[in-house]
Amino acid sequence: MSKLKNYIKRYFTAIGSLLIGMRTSMKVFMQKSVTEQYPENRHTTLHIPERHRAMLYMPVDENGKNRCVACGLCQNACPNGTIRLTTATVETEDGKKKKVLEKYEYNLGSCMFCQLCVNTCPHDAIRFSNDFENAVFDKSKLILTLNKNNG
Amino acid sequence: MDYYNLQPILLGIDRYMNSIMPGWLVTVLEGLAVGIFIMLMYIILAIILIYMERKVCAAFQCRIGPNRVGGKGGLLQVPADVIKMLTKEVITLKNSDKFLYGLAPFLVIMASILTFSCLPWNKGGEVLHMNIGIFFVLAASSIGVLGILLAGWSSNSKYSLIGAIRSGAMIISYELSIGISVLTMVVISGTMDIQGIVESQAGAWNIFRGHIPAIAAFIIYLIAGNAEANRAPFDLAEAEQELTAGYHTEYSGIHFGFFYLAEYLNLFITSGIATTLFLGGWMPLHIAGLDGFNAVMDYIPGFIWFIGKTFFIVFLLMWIRWSFPRLRIDQVLALEWKYLMPTSLVILIVMTICKVYGLIF
Repeated sequence: MSKLKNYIKRYFTAIGSLLIGMRTSMKVFMQKSVTEQYPENRHTTLHIPERHRAMLYMPVDENGKNRCVACGLCQNACPNGTIRLTTATVETEDGKKKKVLEKYEYNLGSCMFCQLCVNTCPHDAIRFSNDFENAVFDKSKLILTLNKNNG
Repeated sequence: MDYYNLQPILLGIDRYMNSIMPGWLVTVLEGLAVGIFIMLMYIILAIILIYMERKVCAAFQCRIGPNRVGGKGGLLQVPADVIKMLTKEVITLKNSDKFLYGLAPFLVIMASILTFSCLPWNKGGEVLHMNIGIFFVLAASSIGVLGILLAGWSSNSKYSLIGAIRSGAMIISYELSIGISVLTMVVISGTMDIQGIVESQAGAWNIFRGHIPAIAAFIIYLIAGNAEANRAPFDLAEAEQELTAGYHTEYSGIHFGFFYLAEYLNLFITSGIATTLFLGGWMPLHIAGLDGFNAVMDYIPGFIWFIGKTFFIVFLLMWIRWSFPRLRIDQVLALEWKYLMPTSLVILIVMTICKVYGLIF
């Protein structure tokens, strides 16, 4: 007797669970599709999160000056040797020697976007942007000079 | 009721042709015309169905679906796929049974086309008309399983054979429930003639006339029909993960195309027969008592009703397909033999009692 009861019970629970499944899929059917039509929506609906790390850049102030003090901490922090600083020593008016940045070379090809350089920078001179369209046809084009604005 | 009856036009054409040429030529020409018409409809519907399947599937997965080939909606995607398939080489295998290997896709598609010809498109608009029409549909659709079994056997591949055997076991089992639920509807209509079944639903569709047993039979028919058409959750014959592509693993080019076409058209045929049996075929929606409403509904041509209702059921079947995971072979057979078959027998008895005691509308 309990076997028959079990059979009938299973019958109706099965139908119930199937209906729940169909209701769920119908809910998904009604949802808006999440597909990004990438090359077409590049300038319209494309949304890349702010914190996405795609490319290192040096923020500049209104005079076009970056905040780098050429301390070299980022170069030391980088596990891949992606950053290479070229510095020069100049003498200021009051006779002190000061290191200045000559060239800030960043190899996008070997960067793994760990953000150690940004975290270690004491002056917030480098940041990651979400500018992700970085594909080029030549490896040498991946070596970028970040401080080109103010020499 | 009779605005859109095709019979007078067709008979008129026949009479005109008989008056200008000998009888045998008329028969040959008419046969050719009907054959070409069926093939064309078959291809066009297959393209529409494949496109619809891809779009509906995409919507069930929050995607867009084909949208690049041919303008905004991807309308040319499926024709492009068809052309690609036509240009592919038909491979003949070294150690296969060549005759059966070549025959199998034709058996499958022949079964599909024979069943397709029985659909009641419009008043006076069916291709094969006989007084045991629905019986013929059941018989002809069973040829398909022979094709699947032969395809699996003659390919000389383990994947194909396992797929074909599974498919054979499943289709032969589910044919029982289909047969019994069709019989239920034959009981309520009192005829096996497909046009007769449609005519008998002039007052109200069978699903309303037969109320509870008809609705239960409808659900059983849909489940079993899904299995007949070899579609998920019953697509054990293909089971990509386990069997690559099941019985048509070794097929290529247009031979594969035949299997593919037949699969989609079987979906349409299953829905078309469900429409005929339960939703009144080409019969417009009639509500007893509302004569004005009925007259308005009569102005909509029968084939639009038929195609609309059929595509509604196609959508139901796609909804089922994209909701449920595939069953194991033992689960499939248990579902049929322990649940569906006993239920459909009970429904047949209930329906007979209802009919005898006049409990249907």
